[in-house]
Amino acid sequence: MHILLWGALPYAAFALLVSGLWWRYRYDRFGWTTRSSEVYETRLLNLASPVFHYGILFVLAGHLTGLFVPASWTSAVGLTERPYHLFSLVGGTLAGVLTVAGLAVLVYRRRTNRPVFRATTRNDKAMYLLLGGALCTGMYAKLAHSTPAHGYDYRSTLAPWARSLFTLRPDLGAMADVPVAYQVHAVVGMVLIAVVPFTRLVHMFSAPWWYLARPYIVYRSRPAGRPAERPPRRGWESIDV
Amino acid sequence: MRVMAQLAMVMNLDKCIGCHTCSVTCKQTWTNRSGVEYVWFNNVETRPGQGYPRRWEDQDHWRGGWRIDRRGRLVPHSGGRLKRLATLFANPVQPTVKDYYEPWTYEYRNLTTAPLGDDYPVARPRSLLSDKPMKIEWSANWDDNLGGLPENAGLDPMVARTRQRASEKVRFAFEDSFMFYLPRICEHCLNPSCVAACPSGALYKRSEDGIVLVDQDRCRGWRQCVTGCPYKKVYFNHRTGKAEKCTFCYPRTEVGLPTVCSETCVGRLRYLGVLLYDADRVAAAAATRDEHGLYPAQLDLFLDPEDPDVRAAAARDGVAHDWIEAARRSPVHALISTYRVALPLHPEFRTLPMVWYVPPLSPVVEALTETGFDGEDAGNLFGAIDTLRIPLEYLAELFTAGDVRPVRAALERLAAMRAHMRQVTFGETPDARTARSVGLSATELEDMYRLLALAKYEERYVIPTAAVGDAGRLEEAAVPEHCRLDEQGGPGMGGSGPFGDRSGRKALPLVSVEAFHGLRARHRTEREEPE
Repeated sequence: MHILLWGALPYAAFALLVSGLWWRYRYDRFGWTTRSSEVYETRLLNLASPVFHYGILFVLAGHLTGLFVPASWTSAVGLTERPYHLFSLVGGTLAGVLTVAGLAVLVYRRRTNRPVFRATTRNDKAMYLLLGGALCTGMYAKLAHSTPAHGYDYRSTLAPWARSLFTLRPDLGAMADVPVAYQVHAVVGMVLIAVVPFTRLVHMFSAPWWYLARPYIVYRSRPAGRPAERPPRRGWESIDV
Repeated sequence: MRVMAQLAMVMNLDKCIGCHTCSVTCKQTWTNRSGVEYVWFNNVETRPGQGYPRRWEDQDHWRGGWRIDRRGRLVPHSGGRLKRLATLFANPVQPTVKDYYEPWTYEYRNLTTAPLGDDYPVARPRSLLSDKPMKIEWSANWDDNLGGLPENAGLDPMVARTRQRASEKVRFAFEDSFMFYLPRICEHCLNPSCVAACPSGALYKRSEDGIVLVDQDRCRGWRQCVTGCPYKKVYFNHRTGKAEKCTFCYPRTEVGLPTVCSETCVGRLRYLGVLLYDADRVAAAAATRDEHGLYPAQLDLFLDPEDPDVRAAAARDGVAHDWIEAARRSPVHALISTYRVALPLHPEFRTLPMVWYVPPLSPVVEALTETGFDGEDAGNLFGAIDTLRIPLEYLAELFTAGDVRPVRAALERLAAMRAHMRQVTFGETPDARTARSVGLSATELEDMYRLLALAKYEERYVIPTAAVGDAGRLEEAAVPEHCRLDEQGGPGMGGSGPFGDRSGRKALPLVSVEAFHGLRARHRTEREEPE
């Protein structure tokens, strides 16, 4: 079980992420969208959506620093464990609270606004459950094992394990004494990563950075081939109302 | 100079009777699907009125189009690149479906399944969004034919602006009221702000014909184009999560057929043709400081296809030969540049729109005739234009950013044409001063009359095909390169792909060339009917 969770699952999740993205790009570019519901309701969305998205971007940045910047690097620049812990506790909790609050309002909106709820698929509901689960277990793990003075030092256990994944020699021993809450959070997180390509979360991979560099007006030539021979476009077929 | 070709449209508002046939046939063709129930690529608005979506012209609120920033640069009104990415998570000024209207259906089944009783069964309206019974409060043409006047007239942003400039001229007492119809499609602008707003680069302007399209495979549903377009002619499909817009019926125009809205127009008021323009000067024209200078600046972009230098430059820049020839016969070029009777819609949005309008003169003639004057006498007409029932100032807010001079000039040319043709019809010697006073010759007035009044099918629509433009590659076009019947994706394989119905990519069955020419022949038979 230990090997399965910490030796096999991360690779399975990563493989699913990559192959899923490739598959989705190859066969379902038309379905690759944010599936926005702003056209139904804007007031709550305008408030909660930026809160949630900026929150989760901070959470992501926190995870990247925590897991992939070794403790030796931060000590080298004179940042000892205590201020690091305080920073991670306060900053992480703040970002987490923003994210959870944003998500809570968004889910409330989704449930109470009828057109928005009607546009919610079963896939979406499962995804919200998983995403909310990952957020809540993460918040719980952090807060249950922290006091302002001292917190669980994941940088000596979880982080080395995460980094060892990249060398293809997972350090299973490092995960042995990790508190259960952290373990649950890690598993939920890995499952979440694995399902990203198969949910609406896939829109995170279409962040339009290129927009910053391109000219405003885009010209394109008519696709090659005879007018009648072009592949049909999905979305233009008639759907019975 | 870099010459590009644009397929453009002109609508003669004098002839629009507000029958909505264009809207209905367009909807049947393009937006009769769920997710776009509320979408009308073509709609007809009664002016004055709020329009669809409500008050779309109020860019202080909707932030469409372009503006000149403090440093004198042209930036999208809704913000530049960084601001757009920073506010990507929720579009701050996106219209909701209520700004268009909430789509509904009726409980028709109730009519046949209701149990026998004393009361007639009714079909209640039911929302297509929430699936609940709803009260119908607005639709795409709720204020059609001035419905709701005078209470709602002040809600027309252009009425508000006209009142600032010429308050006494806009009155809505019954005997003073005025109206005309304004059919609207996507403007397929030379400087499209929807394209500029798209973070994914999914919206693009086709370099061959200037049609602005959405790449459905690249659209990621950020909805910035909906805000970016000042005409509010890019729509969000709430089922697929993608932007959709008027396609200028490119599958039809590519084979030389007019768009559906043009083809089915009862009043025959739409003109389609090619315009050549200088793409290098587009940005400078759009950045013209003075709003009144935008119409002349755009006019200045259009190149004269009779000029051999222009034709040589066009050929050099890859405009197909038959496109250049079509530009010479283009009715759109004639109405816009030669006769100068057509005007752009809201040039102050700085997108350089390419669907232009001939302003309505008929109400003047009608009003004159009613007062006992000769409604088609040039002197009477010229004098009456300033006291037009539709205030010149209102038309100017629509077509020239408030400058009444071009509108008056266009109306005077139309009036001169009427006076001239009346004399011709009555066998009198036409008064040469009439034509001269508007800067045209008698022949030009007669050509203009032919184009505007007789409006022959072949003269209204001069559309070069994509196929002939590609003639070199198309010589063998009647049959596929190899007959695929039973290989992957071939016609013998049936309709489903590797992941179920409609998945994967397939080729459309070829439309046979014979069928197209048959269609063409039928059009010509209609044309040959005795007049």
